[in-house]
Amino acid sequence: MRVNIHHMSVQDLEKIFQDKIDADIRIEPKDWMPDAYRKTLIRQMSQHAHSEIVGMLPEANWITRAPTLRRKATLIAKVQDEAGHGLYLYAATETLGAGREELLEQLHTGKAKYSSIFNYPTLTWADMGAIGWLVDGAAIMNQVPLCRASYGPYARAMVRICKEESFHQRQGFEILLTLSKGSAGQRRMCQDAIDRWWWPSVMMFGPNDDASPHTAQSMQWKIKRFSNDELRQRFVDICAEQVKILGMTIPDPDLKWNEQRQHYDFGAIDWDEFWNVVKGNGPCNKERLAARVRAHEEGAWVREAATAHAEKRELKKDRA
Amino acid sequence: MTHSTALIHYTLHLADDGLILGHRNSEWTGHGPILEQDIALSNIALDLIGQARNFYQYAAELINIGGLSGPSNISNPAMGPGLSDGPRSPVTEDQLAYLRDGWDFKNCLLVEQGNGDWAKTILRQFLFSAYQTTLYEKLAQSRDKTLAAIAAKSYKEGVYHLRWSSEWVIRLGDGTEESHTRMNNALDELWKFTGELHTAATYELETAAKAISPDLSTLQPLWKEKVKEVFDEAGITYPPSVWMQTGGKEGRHTEHLGYVLAEMQFLQRAYPGCEW
Ligand SMILES: [Fe+2]
Ligand SMILES: [Fe+2]
Ligand SMILES: [Fe+2]
Repeated sequence: MRVNIHHMSVQDLEKIFQDKIDADIRIEPKDWMPDAYRKTLIRQMSQHAHSEIVGMLPEANWITRAPTLRRKATLIAKVQDEAGHGLYLYAATETLGAGREELLEQLHTGKAKYSSIFNYPTLTWADMGAIGWLVDGAAIMNQVPLCRASYGPYARAMVRICKEESFHQRQGFEILLTLSKGSAGQRRMCQDAIDRWWWPSVMMFGPNDDASPHTAQSMQWKIKRFSNDELRQRFVDICAEQVKILGMTIPDPDLKWNEQRQHYDFGAIDWDEFWNVVKGNGPCNKERLAARVRAHEEGAWVREAATAHAEKRELKKDRA
Repeated sequence: MTHSTALIHYTLHLADDGLILGHRNSEWTGHGPILEQDIALSNIALDLIGQARNFYQYAAELINIGGLSGPSNISNPAMGPGLSDGPRSPVTEDQLAYLRDGWDFKNCLLVEQGNGDWAKTILRQFLFSAYQTTLYEKLAQSRDKTLAAIAAKSYKEGVYHLRWSSEWVIRLGDGTEESHTRMNNALDELWKFTGELHTAATYELETAAKAISPDLSTLQPLWKEKVKEVFDEAGITYPPSVWMQTGGKEGRHTEHLGYVLAEMQFLQRAYPGCEW
Protein backbone atom coordinates (compact mmCIF):
# COMPACT_ATOMS: atom_id res chain seq x y z
CA MET A 1 0.00 0.00 0.00
CA ARG A 2 1.28 3.42 -0.88
CA VAL A 3 0.74 6.10 1.72
CA ASN A 4 -0.03 9.55 0.44
CA ILE A 5 1.95 11.76 2.77
CA HIS A 6 0.18 14.91 1.63
CA HIS A 7 -2.91 13.87 3.56
CA MET A 8 -1.07 13.22 6.79
CA SER A 9 -0.48 15.43 9.76
CA VAL A 10 3.04 16.18 10.96
CA GLN A 11 2.36 14.12 14.07
CA ASP A 12 1.47 11.11 11.90
CA LEU A 13 4.58 11.57 9.83
CA GLU A 14 6.71 11.89 12.91
CA LYS A 15 5.21 8.71 14.30
CA ILE A 16 5.88 6.76 11.11
CA PHE A 17 9.42 8.14 11.11
CA GLN A 18 10.13 7.18 14.70
CA ASP A 19 8.50 3.76 14.23
CA LYS A 20 10.84 3.08 11.35
CA ILE A 21 13.81 4.09 13.43
CA ASP A 22 12.68 1.97 16.35
CA ALA A 23 12.31 -0.98 13.98
CA ASP A 24 15.85 -0.31 12.65
CA ILE A 25 14.56 0.52 9.19
CA ARG A 26 16.90 2.92 7.42
CA ILE A 27 15.79 6.43 6.53
CA GLU A 28 16.61 7.20 2.90
CA PRO A 29 17.02 10.59 1.19
CA LYS A 30 13.51 10.67 -0.30
CA ASP A 31 11.78 9.68 2.95
CA TRP A 32 10.05 12.27 5.06
CA MET A 33 12.14 13.31 8.06
CA PRO A 34 11.78 15.96 10.76
CA ASP A 35 13.61 19.18 10.06
CA ALA A 36 15.63 18.89 13.24
CA TYR A 37 16.79 15.39 12.23
CA ARG A 38 17.94 16.72 8.87
CA LYS A 39 19.71 19.67 10.45
CA THR A 40 21.40 17.55 13.09
CA LEU A 41 22.62 15.13 10.43
CA ILE A 42 23.93 17.89 8.18
CA ARG A 43 25.80 19.37 11.12
CA GLN A 44 27.24 16.05 12.28
CA MET A 45 28.10 14.69 8.82
CA SER A 46 29.63 17.88 7.47
CA GLN A 47 31.61 18.28 10.66
CA HIS A 48 32.91 14.77 10.10
CA ALA A 49 33.70 15.51 6.43
CA HIS A 50 35.59 18.67 7.41
CA SER A 51 37.51 16.68 10.02
CA GLU A 52 38.69 14.25 7.37
CA ILE A 53 39.90 17.08 5.15
CA VAL A 54 41.54 19.19 7.84
CA GLY A 55 42.87 15.93 9.29
CA MET A 56 44.96 15.46 6.14
CA LEU A 57 47.17 18.40 7.11
CA PRO A 58 48.97 17.23 10.25
CA GLU A 59 49.99 13.99 8.56
CA ALA A 60 50.72 15.51 5.16
CA ASN A 61 53.23 17.55 7.15
CA TRP A 62 55.48 14.44 7.34
CA ILE A 63 55.08 12.98 3.86
CA THR A 64 58.18 14.69 2.52
CA ARG A 65 60.18 13.61 5.59
CA ALA A 66 59.00 10.00 5.94
CA PRO A 67 62.05 7.92 6.86
CA THR A 68 61.78 5.08 4.31
CA LEU A 69 60.26 4.59 0.89
CA ARG A 70 57.72 2.16 2.28
CA ARG A 71 56.67 4.58 5.02
CA LYS A 72 56.48 7.41 2.51
CA ALA A 73 54.16 5.42 0.27
CA THR A 74 51.91 4.24 3.09
CA LEU A 75 51.66 7.74 4.52
CA ILE A 76 50.65 9.22 1.16
CA ALA A 77 48.09 6.43 0.80
CA LYS A 78 46.76 7.10 4.28
CA VAL A 79 46.33 10.83 3.75
CA GLN A 80 44.73 10.06 0.41
CA ASP A 81 42.29 7.71 2.17
CA GLU A 82 41.27 10.58 4.43
CA ALA A 83 40.55 12.69 1.34
CA GLY A 84 38.39 9.84 0.10
CA HIS A 85 36.52 9.76 3.42
CA GLY A 86 35.86 13.46 3.06
CA LEU A 87 34.49 12.85 -0.43
CA TYR A 88 32.11 10.05 0.66
CA LEU A 89 30.85 12.17 3.51
CA TYR A 90 30.34 15.33 1.44
CA ALA A 91 28.46 13.18 -1.08
CA ALA A 92 26.32 11.65 1.67
CA THR A 93 25.59 15.11 3.08
CA GLU A 94 24.55 16.30 -0.37
CA THR A 95 21.68 13.78 -0.26
CA LEU A 96 20.25 15.95 2.53
CA GLY A 97 20.32 19.00 0.29
CA ALA A 98 23.54 20.59 1.51
CA GLY A 99 26.01 21.19 -1.35
CA ARG A 100 29.77 20.90 -1.01
CA GLU A 101 30.44 24.55 -1.90
CA GLU A 102 28.07 25.69 0.82
CA LEU A 103 29.62 23.35 3.38
CA LEU A 104 33.16 24.41 2.49
CA GLU A 105 32.11 28.01 2.86
CA GLN A 106 30.95 27.22 6.40
CA LEU A 107 34.28 25.58 7.16
CA HIS A 108 36.33 28.43 5.74
CA THR A 109 34.39 31.13 7.58
CA GLY A 110 34.70 29.24 10.85
CA LYS A 111 30.95 28.67 11.08
CA ALA A 112 31.34 24.90 10.90
CA LYS A 113 33.56 22.98 13.29
CA TYR A 114 35.92 20.09 12.72
CA SER A 115 37.52 17.73 15.20
CA SER A 116 39.77 19.70 17.55
CA ILE A 117 42.39 16.97 17.56
CA PHE A 118 43.75 18.28 14.28
CA ASN A 119 44.65 21.58 15.90
CA TYR A 120 47.61 19.90 17.57
CA PRO A 121 51.01 19.95 15.84
CA THR A 122 52.93 16.98 14.43
CA LEU A 123 56.43 17.50 15.76
CA THR A 124 58.20 14.22 15.11
CA TRP A 125 57.88 11.13 12.95
CA ALA A 126 56.45 9.26 15.96
CA ASP A 127 53.38 11.48 15.70
CA MET A 128 52.46 9.53 12.55
CA GLY A 129 52.32 6.45 14.75
CA ALA A 130 50.51 8.10 17.63
CA ILE A 131 47.89 9.63 15.34
CA GLY A 132 47.20 6.27 13.73
CA TRP A 133 47.03 4.41 17.01
CA LEU A 134 45.21 6.96 19.16
CA VAL A 135 43.43 9.38 16.85
CA ASP A 136 42.28 6.87 14.23
CA GLY A 137 41.66 4.51 17.15
CA ALA A 138 39.35 6.97 18.89
CA ALA A 139 37.69 7.76 15.57
CA ILE A 140 36.92 4.07 15.04
CA MET A 141 35.46 3.81 18.52
CA ASN A 142 33.17 6.74 17.69
CA GLN A 143 32.38 5.60 14.18
CA VAL A 144 31.80 1.87 14.27
CA PRO A 145 28.39 2.42 15.91
CA LEU A 146 27.59 4.87 13.11
CA CYS A 147 27.71 2.03 10.59
CA ARG A 148 24.25 1.30 12.06
CA ALA A 149 23.15 4.94 12.01
CA SER A 150 19.52 5.42 11.02
CA TYR A 151 20.28 7.51 7.95
CA GLY A 152 21.13 5.15 5.07
CA PRO A 153 23.73 7.14 3.10
CA TYR A 154 25.57 8.02 6.31
CA ALA A 155 25.62 4.44 7.55
CA ARG A 156 26.86 3.14 4.21
CA ALA A 157 29.63 5.76 4.02
CA MET A 158 30.70 4.81 7.53
CA VAL A 159 31.03 1.13 6.64
CA ARG A 160 33.61 1.94 3.96
CA ILE A 161 35.35 4.49 6.15
CA CYS A 162 35.62 2.26 9.22
CA LYS A 163 37.34 -0.49 7.24
CA GLU A 164 40.07 1.92 6.23
CA GLU A 165 40.32 3.56 9.64
CA SER A 166 41.05 0.26 11.31
CA PHE A 167 43.79 -0.33 8.77
CA HIS A 168 45.21 3.11 9.66
CA GLN A 169 45.09 2.25 13.30
CA ARG A 170 47.07 -0.95 12.87
CA GLN A 171 49.59 0.88 10.70
CA GLY A 172 50.03 3.58 13.32
CA PHE A 173 50.54 1.07 16.07
CA GLU A 174 53.10 -0.71 13.95
CA ILE A 175 55.04 2.55 13.49
CA LEU A 176 55.16 2.97 17.27
CA LEU A 177 56.06 -0.68 17.78
CA THR A 178 59.02 -0.31 15.44
CA LEU A 179 60.16 2.81 17.26
CA SER A 180 59.70 1.14 20.65
CA LYS A 181 62.16 -1.57 19.62
CA GLY A 182 64.62 0.93 18.18
CA SER A 183 67.39 3.19 19.45
CA ALA A 184 67.18 5.35 22.57
CA GLY A 185 66.36 8.31 20.36
CA GLN A 186 63.51 6.44 18.72
CA ARG A 187 62.07 5.26 22.04
CA ARG A 188 62.17 8.82 23.32
CA MET A 189 60.32 9.92 20.20
CA CYS A 190 57.73 7.22 20.78
CA GLN A 191 57.02 8.12 24.42
CA ASP A 192 56.98 11.83 23.66
CA ALA A 193 54.33 11.36 20.97
CA ILE A 194 52.14 9.27 23.29
CA ASP A 195 52.55 11.93 25.98
CA ARG A 196 51.38 14.68 23.65
CA TRP A 197 48.54 12.82 21.90
CA TRP A 198 47.00 10.95 24.81
CA TRP A 199 44.84 13.61 26.43
CA PRO A 200 43.70 15.27 23.20
CA SER A 201 42.65 11.79 22.01
CA VAL A 202 40.69 11.11 25.20
CA MET A 203 38.97 14.45 24.62
CA MET A 204 37.90 13.36 21.13
CA PHE A 205 34.84 11.68 22.65
CA GLY A 206 33.49 15.07 23.58
CA PRO A 207 32.16 16.50 26.84
CA ASN A 208 31.05 14.30 29.72
CA ASP A 209 27.54 12.92 29.36
CA ASP A 210 26.02 15.36 31.84
CA ALA A 211 27.39 18.25 29.76
CA SER A 212 26.46 16.88 26.35
CA PRO A 213 23.14 18.43 25.31
CA HIS A 214 22.58 16.61 22.00
CA THR A 215 23.09 13.07 23.23
CA ALA A 216 19.56 12.07 24.29
CA GLN A 217 17.85 13.24 21.10
CA SER A 218 20.59 11.75 18.90
CA MET A 219 20.24 8.42 20.71
CA GLN A 220 16.49 8.43 20.10
CA TRP A 221 17.16 9.08 16.40
CA LYS A 222 19.84 6.38 16.35
CA ILE A 223 22.49 8.68 14.93
CA LYS A 224 24.34 8.02 18.14
CA ARG A 225 24.29 4.66 19.88
CA PHE A 226 26.54 5.06 22.89
CA SER A 227 27.24 8.01 25.14
CA ASN A 228 30.52 9.94 25.07
CA ASP A 229 31.62 8.53 28.40
CA GLU A 230 30.81 4.94 27.45
CA LEU A 231 32.94 5.20 24.32
CA ARG A 232 35.72 7.00 26.16
CA GLN A 233 35.87 4.26 28.79
CA ARG A 234 36.09 1.60 26.09
CA PHE A 235 38.95 3.52 24.44
CA VAL A 236 40.89 3.91 27.67
CA ASP A 237 40.46 0.23 28.53
CA ILE A 238 41.86 -0.88 25.18
CA CYS A 239 44.76 1.57 25.06
CA ALA A 240 45.80 0.87 28.63
CA GLU A 241 46.45 -2.73 27.58
CA GLN A 242 47.98 -1.98 24.18
CA VAL A 243 50.53 0.46 25.58
CA LYS A 244 52.07 -2.43 27.51
CA ILE A 245 53.00 -4.10 24.22
CA LEU A 246 54.95 -0.95 23.36
CA GLY A 247 56.65 -0.90 26.74
CA MET A 248 55.62 2.74 27.01
CA THR A 249 53.42 4.54 29.52
CA ILE A 250 50.25 6.57 29.33
CA PRO A 251 50.72 10.03 30.87
CA ASP A 252 48.08 9.63 33.55
CA PRO A 253 49.13 8.85 37.15
CA ASP A 254 45.54 7.96 38.00
CA LEU A 255 45.21 5.29 35.35
CA LYS A 256 44.53 2.10 37.32
CA TRP A 257 42.55 -1.10 36.83
CA ASN A 258 39.41 -1.11 38.95
CA GLU A 259 38.56 -4.71 39.79
CA GLN A 260 35.08 -3.79 40.95
CA ARG A 261 34.08 -1.83 37.85
CA GLN A 262 36.05 -4.12 35.55
CA HIS A 263 37.33 -0.97 33.88
CA TYR A 264 40.32 1.30 34.10
CA ASP A 265 39.90 4.39 36.25
CA PHE A 266 41.52 7.44 34.78
CA GLY A 267 42.36 11.01 35.73
CA ALA A 268 40.35 14.18 35.27
CA ILE A 269 40.22 15.69 31.81
CA ASP A 270 41.33 19.30 31.40
CA TRP A 271 38.10 20.69 29.99
CA ASP A 272 39.56 24.19 30.02
CA GLU A 273 42.03 23.12 27.39
CA PHE A 274 39.30 21.29 25.46
CA TRP A 275 36.99 24.29 25.24
CA ASN A 276 39.84 26.64 24.43
CA VAL A 277 40.93 24.52 21.49
CA VAL A 278 37.30 24.27 20.34
CA LYS A 279 37.03 28.05 20.51
CA GLY A 280 40.08 28.52 18.32
CA ASN A 281 42.88 28.87 20.86
CA GLY A 282 44.65 25.60 20.12
CA PRO A 283 48.26 25.49 18.92
CA CYS A 284 47.39 25.14 15.22
CA ASN A 285 43.77 26.32 14.74
CA LYS A 286 44.83 29.32 12.70
CA GLU A 287 47.35 27.46 10.55
CA ARG A 288 44.98 24.58 9.77
CA LEU A 289 42.15 26.82 8.69
CA ALA A 290 44.48 29.12 6.81
CA ALA A 291 45.92 26.16 4.90
CA ARG A 292 42.43 25.05 3.84
CA VAL A 293 41.39 28.56 2.86
CA ARG A 294 44.62 29.05 0.92
CA ALA A 295 44.17 25.79 -1.00
CA HIS A 296 40.62 26.82 -1.84
CA GLU A 297 41.43 30.38 -2.86
CA GLU A 298 44.54 29.48 -4.82
CA GLY A 299 42.49 26.80 -6.53
CA ALA A 300 39.76 29.20 -7.60
CA TRP A 301 41.30 29.94 -11.00
CA VAL A 302 41.75 26.19 -11.59
CA ARG A 303 38.09 25.47 -10.90
CA GLU A 304 37.03 28.43 -13.04
CA ALA A 305 39.21 27.21 -15.92
CA ALA A 306 37.75 23.72 -15.67
CA THR A 307 34.21 25.10 -15.76
CA ALA A 308 34.98 27.45 -18.65
CA HIS A 309 36.55 24.66 -20.66
CA ALA A 310 33.63 22.33 -20.02
CA GLU A 311 31.20 25.02 -21.16
CA LYS A 312 33.16 25.72 -24.32
CA ARG A 313 33.17 22.03 -25.10
CA GLU A 314 29.42 21.76 -24.62
CA LEU A 315 28.95 24.69 -26.96
CA LYS A 316 31.12 23.04 -29.61
CA LYS A 317 29.15 19.82 -29.28
CA ASP A 318 25.87 21.67 -29.68
CA ARG A 319 27.09 23.37 -32.84
CA ALA A 320 28.34 20.14 -34.33
CA MET B 1 78.88 -12.30 -13.84
CA THR B 2 79.34 -8.78 -12.58
CA HIS B 3 76.99 -6.22 -13.98
CA SER B 4 78.26 -3.16 -15.67
CA THR B 5 78.43 0.17 -13.92
CA ALA B 6 76.35 1.58 -16.76
CA LEU B 7 73.42 -0.70 -15.99
CA ILE B 8 73.51 0.26 -12.32
CA HIS B 9 73.72 3.95 -13.17
CA TYR B 10 70.90 3.64 -15.64
CA THR B 11 68.68 1.82 -13.16
CA LEU B 12 69.39 4.48 -10.54
CA HIS B 13 68.56 7.16 -13.09
CA LEU B 14 65.13 5.60 -13.67
CA ALA B 15 64.58 5.26 -9.94
CA ASP B 16 65.63 8.83 -9.17
CA ASP B 17 63.27 10.27 -11.80
CA GLY B 18 60.36 8.46 -10.18
CA LEU B 19 61.26 9.27 -6.60
CA ILE B 20 61.93 12.97 -7.10
CA LEU B 21 58.82 13.61 -9.20
CA GLY B 22 56.72 11.51 -6.83
CA HIS B 23 58.11 13.46 -3.89
CA ARG B 24 57.33 16.77 -5.59
CA ASN B 25 53.78 15.71 -6.42
CA SER B 26 53.22 14.54 -2.86
CA GLU B 27 53.93 18.08 -1.65
CA TRP B 28 50.43 18.83 -2.98
CA THR B 29 48.73 16.18 -0.84
CA GLY B 30 46.22 17.96 1.37
CA HIS B 31 46.59 21.23 -0.54
CA GLY B 32 45.09 20.53 -3.97
CA PRO B 33 42.68 22.93 -5.69
CA ILE B 34 39.88 20.33 -5.88
CA LEU B 35 39.48 17.36 -3.55
CA GLU B 36 39.18 14.87 -6.43
CA GLN B 37 42.37 16.24 -8.02
CA ASP B 38 44.23 16.17 -4.72
CA ILE B 39 43.47 12.44 -4.71
CA ALA B 40 44.46 12.02 -8.37
CA LEU B 41 47.83 13.72 -7.97
CA SER B 42 48.57 11.82 -4.76
CA ASN B 43 47.82 8.68 -6.69
CA ILE B 44 50.36 9.60 -9.36
CA ALA B 45 52.86 10.31 -6.59
CA LEU B 46 52.23 6.83 -5.23
CA ASP B 47 52.67 5.21 -8.64
CA LEU B 48 55.94 7.03 -9.25
CA ILE B 49 57.34 6.16 -5.84
CA GLY B 50 56.26 2.57 -6.37
CA GLN B 51 58.12 2.47 -9.68
CA ALA B 52 61.16 4.05 -8.04
CA ARG B 53 61.15 1.36 -5.36
CA ASN B 54 61.19 -1.38 -8.00
CA PHE B 55 64.16 0.22 -9.72
CA TYR B 56 66.02 0.90 -6.45
CA GLN B 57 65.52 -2.69 -5.34
CA TYR B 58 66.93 -3.89 -8.62
CA ALA B 59 69.86 -1.47 -8.42
CA ALA B 60 70.57 -2.69 -4.88
CA GLU B 61 70.49 -6.27 -6.10
CA LEU B 62 72.96 -5.46 -8.88
CA ILE B 63 75.27 -3.67 -6.48
CA ASN B 64 75.10 -6.51 -3.98
CA ILE B 65 75.78 -9.18 -6.62
CA GLY B 66 78.77 -7.13 -7.70
CA GLY B 67 80.15 -7.71 -4.22
CA LEU B 68 83.66 -6.51 -3.47
CA SER B 69 84.62 -6.66 -7.11
CA GLY B 70 81.75 -4.38 -7.89
CA PRO B 71 82.23 -0.83 -9.06
CA SER B 72 83.55 1.02 -6.04
CA ASN B 73 82.48 4.37 -7.39
CA ILE B 74 78.90 3.23 -6.94
CA SER B 75 78.92 1.14 -3.86
CA ASN B 76 80.80 3.60 -1.72
CA PRO B 77 78.74 6.73 -2.19
CA ALA B 78 75.64 4.60 -2.43
CA MET B 79 76.20 3.19 1.00
CA GLY B 80 76.90 6.50 2.57
CA PRO B 81 79.55 7.65 4.99
CA GLY B 82 80.53 5.16 7.65
CA LEU B 83 78.90 2.29 5.84
CA SER B 84 81.50 1.85 3.18
CA ASP B 85 84.27 0.75 5.54
CA GLY B 86 84.54 -2.49 7.40
CA PRO B 87 82.35 -5.53 6.80
CA ARG B 88 79.80 -4.71 4.14
CA SER B 89 76.14 -5.26 4.72
CA PRO B 90 73.92 -5.46 1.65
CA VAL B 91 72.79 -2.19 0.08
CA THR B 92 69.04 -1.52 0.38
CA GLU B 93 66.54 0.57 -1.55
CA ASP B 94 66.41 3.01 1.36
CA GLN B 95 70.16 3.52 1.46
CA LEU B 96 70.09 4.38 -2.21
CA ALA B 97 67.28 6.89 -1.71
CA TYR B 98 68.27 8.34 1.63
CA LEU B 99 72.06 8.18 1.87
CA ARG B 100 73.32 9.41 -1.47
CA ASP B 101 74.13 13.08 -1.92
CA GLY B 102 72.95 15.26 -4.78
CA TRP B 103 75.84 14.52 -7.11
CA ASP B 104 74.95 10.83 -7.08
CA PHE B 105 71.32 11.52 -8.01
CA LYS B 106 70.71 10.99 -11.70
CA ASN B 107 67.22 12.38 -12.18
CA CYS B 108 66.43 14.83 -14.97
CA LEU B 109 66.40 18.48 -14.01
CA LEU B 110 62.74 18.73 -15.03
CA VAL B 111 61.43 16.57 -12.19
CA GLU B 112 63.20 18.44 -9.40
CA GLN B 113 61.77 21.86 -10.35
CA GLY B 114 59.50 23.40 -7.73
CA ASN B 115 55.75 22.84 -7.88
CA GLY B 116 54.83 26.46 -8.53
CA ASP B 117 51.13 26.75 -9.27
CA TRP B 118 48.80 24.01 -10.52
CA ALA B 119 49.68 24.92 -14.12
CA LYS B 120 53.39 24.32 -13.57
CA THR B 121 52.81 21.05 -11.72
CA ILE B 122 50.47 19.84 -14.46
CA LEU B 123 52.82 20.82 -17.26
CA ARG B 124 55.82 19.21 -15.53
CA GLN B 125 53.85 15.97 -15.20
CA PHE B 126 52.64 16.13 -18.78
CA LEU B 127 56.07 16.77 -20.32
CA PHE B 128 57.53 13.99 -18.21
CA SER B 129 54.74 11.47 -18.80
CA ALA B 130 54.89 12.05 -22.54
CA TYR B 131 58.57 11.09 -22.32
CA GLN B 132 58.15 8.29 -19.81
CA THR B 133 55.42 6.44 -21.70
CA THR B 134 57.43 6.36 -24.93
CA LEU B 135 60.45 5.25 -22.94
CA TYR B 136 58.67 2.49 -21.02
CA GLU B 137 57.01 1.21 -24.15
CA LYS B 138 60.44 0.57 -25.66
CA LEU B 139 62.10 -0.40 -22.40
CA ALA B 140 59.55 -3.19 -22.04
CA GLN B 141 61.54 -4.85 -24.85
CA SER B 142 64.85 -4.45 -23.05
CA ARG B 143 67.38 -7.27 -23.14
CA ASP B 144 67.50 -6.84 -19.37
CA LYS B 145 64.52 -8.92 -18.26
CA THR B 146 64.05 -7.16 -14.92
CA LEU B 147 64.01 -3.68 -16.43
CA ALA B 148 61.67 -4.94 -19.14
CA ALA B 149 59.25 -6.30 -16.56
CA ILE B 150 59.24 -3.15 -14.43
CA ALA B 151 58.79 -1.00 -17.54
CA ALA B 152 55.89 -3.09 -18.81
CA LYS B 153 54.08 -2.80 -15.51
CA SER B 154 54.84 0.90 -15.12
CA TYR B 155 53.81 1.68 -18.67
CA LYS B 156 50.14 1.19 -17.83
CA GLU B 157 50.41 3.64 -14.95
CA GLY B 158 52.26 6.09 -17.18
CA VAL B 159 49.49 5.97 -19.77
CA TYR B 160 47.01 7.02 -17.11
CA HIS B 161 49.32 9.83 -15.91
CA LEU B 162 49.67 11.03 -19.47
CA ARG B 163 45.93 11.01 -20.09
CA TRP B 164 45.19 12.81 -16.82
CA SER B 165 47.85 15.48 -17.34
CA SER B 166 46.95 15.92 -21.05
CA GLU B 167 43.35 16.62 -20.09
CA TRP B 168 44.49 19.22 -17.61
CA VAL B 169 46.88 20.88 -20.06
CA ILE B 170 43.96 21.19 -22.47
CA ARG B 171 41.58 22.40 -19.76
CA LEU B 172 43.99 25.09 -18.57
CA GLY B 173 45.22 26.11 -21.99
CA ASP B 174 41.67 26.47 -23.25
CA GLY B 175 39.84 27.49 -20.05
CA THR B 176 40.15 31.16 -19.11
CA GLU B 177 42.52 33.95 -19.98
CA GLU B 178 44.17 33.54 -16.60
CA SER B 179 44.65 29.79 -16.92
CA HIS B 180 46.01 30.24 -20.44
CA THR B 181 48.52 32.82 -19.24
CA ARG B 182 49.56 30.60 -16.36
CA MET B 183 50.16 27.70 -18.75
CA ASN B 184 52.35 29.88 -20.92
CA ASN B 185 54.31 31.09 -17.89
CA ALA B 186 54.82 27.48 -16.83
CA LEU B 187 55.98 26.58 -20.30
CA ASP B 188 58.43 29.47 -20.20
CA GLU B 189 59.90 28.15 -16.97
CA LEU B 190 60.03 24.47 -17.84
CA TRP B 191 60.76 24.25 -21.53
CA LYS B 192 64.52 24.62 -21.12
CA PHE B 193 64.57 21.39 -19.10
CA THR B 194 62.95 19.25 -21.79
CA GLY B 195 66.04 18.86 -23.96
CA GLU B 196 67.70 16.71 -21.35
CA LEU B 197 64.97 14.09 -21.58
CA HIS B 198 66.35 12.99 -24.94
CA THR B 199 70.03 13.75 -24.43
CA ALA B 200 71.83 10.55 -23.54
CA ALA B 201 74.06 10.45 -20.48
CA THR B 202 77.30 8.49 -20.86
CA TYR B 203 75.79 5.43 -19.16
CA GLU B 204 72.77 5.62 -21.47
CA LEU B 205 75.01 5.43 -24.53
CA GLU B 206 76.43 2.22 -23.11
CA THR B 207 73.09 0.67 -22.15
CA ALA B 208 71.65 1.62 -25.52
CA ALA B 209 74.59 -0.02 -27.29
CA LYS B 210 73.82 -3.23 -25.39
CA ALA B 211 70.08 -3.01 -26.25
CA ILE B 212 69.28 -2.58 -22.56
CA SER B 213 67.74 0.83 -23.14
CA PRO B 214 66.25 2.44 -26.25
CA ASP B 215 68.13 4.99 -28.31
CA LEU B 216 66.80 8.27 -26.92
CA SER B 217 67.10 10.06 -30.25
CA THR B 218 64.43 7.70 -31.66
CA LEU B 219 62.05 8.67 -28.84
CA GLN B 220 62.32 12.40 -29.39
CA PRO B 221 60.08 12.63 -32.49
CA LEU B 222 57.41 10.53 -30.77
CA TRP B 223 57.52 12.83 -27.77
CA LYS B 224 57.31 15.93 -29.92
CA GLU B 225 54.33 14.56 -31.81
CA LYS B 226 52.48 13.77 -28.58
CA VAL B 227 53.25 17.15 -27.01
CA LYS B 228 52.31 19.04 -30.17
CA GLU B 229 49.01 17.23 -30.43
CA VAL B 230 47.99 18.17 -26.90
CA PHE B 231 49.34 21.73 -27.20
CA ASP B 232 47.32 22.21 -30.38
CA GLU B 233 44.15 21.19 -28.63
CA ALA B 234 45.04 23.40 -25.67
CA GLY B 235 45.73 26.41 -27.91
CA ILE B 236 49.33 26.57 -26.78
CA THR B 237 52.12 27.31 -29.24
CA TYR B 238 54.86 24.68 -29.41
CA PRO B 239 57.96 26.70 -28.45
CA PRO B 240 60.86 27.29 -30.84
CA SER B 241 64.17 25.62 -29.98
CA VAL B 242 66.00 27.26 -27.11
CA TRP B 243 69.27 26.62 -25.32
CA MET B 244 68.61 23.57 -23.17
CA GLN B 245 69.82 22.93 -19.62
CA THR B 246 71.37 19.53 -18.99
CA GLY B 247 73.44 17.77 -16.36
CA GLY B 248 70.94 16.24 -13.97
CA LYS B 249 71.40 12.75 -15.32
CA GLU B 250 75.15 13.11 -14.70
CA GLY B 251 74.69 14.47 -11.18
CA ARG B 252 74.90 18.21 -11.88
CA HIS B 253 71.61 19.58 -10.61
CA THR B 254 69.75 22.84 -10.13
CA GLU B 255 69.69 24.38 -6.67
CA HIS B 256 66.32 22.74 -5.96
CA LEU B 257 67.53 19.19 -5.47
CA GLY B 258 69.62 19.98 -2.39
CA TYR B 259 66.53 21.16 -0.53
CA VAL B 260 64.48 18.19 -1.63
CA LEU B 261 67.15 15.85 -0.29
CA ALA B 262 67.71 17.81 2.92
CA GLU B 263 64.05 17.40 3.74
CA MET B 264 63.62 13.87 2.46
CA GLN B 265 66.77 12.45 4.06
CA PHE B 266 66.54 14.28 7.38
CA LEU B 267 65.52 11.36 9.61
CA GLN B 268 67.95 8.86 8.10
CA ARG B 269 70.74 11.37 8.51
CA ALA B 270 69.82 12.50 12.04
CA TYR B 271 69.29 8.96 13.36
CA PRO B 272 71.70 6.84 11.33
CA GLY B 273 71.44 3.07 11.20
CA CYS B 274 67.90 2.77 12.56
CA GLU B 275 64.96 0.63 11.54
CA TRP B 276 61.82 2.62 10.80
FE1 LIG C 1 37.19 9.80 10.39
FE1 LIG D 1 39.32 9.08 7.83
FE1 LIG E 1 42.20 7.47 9.17
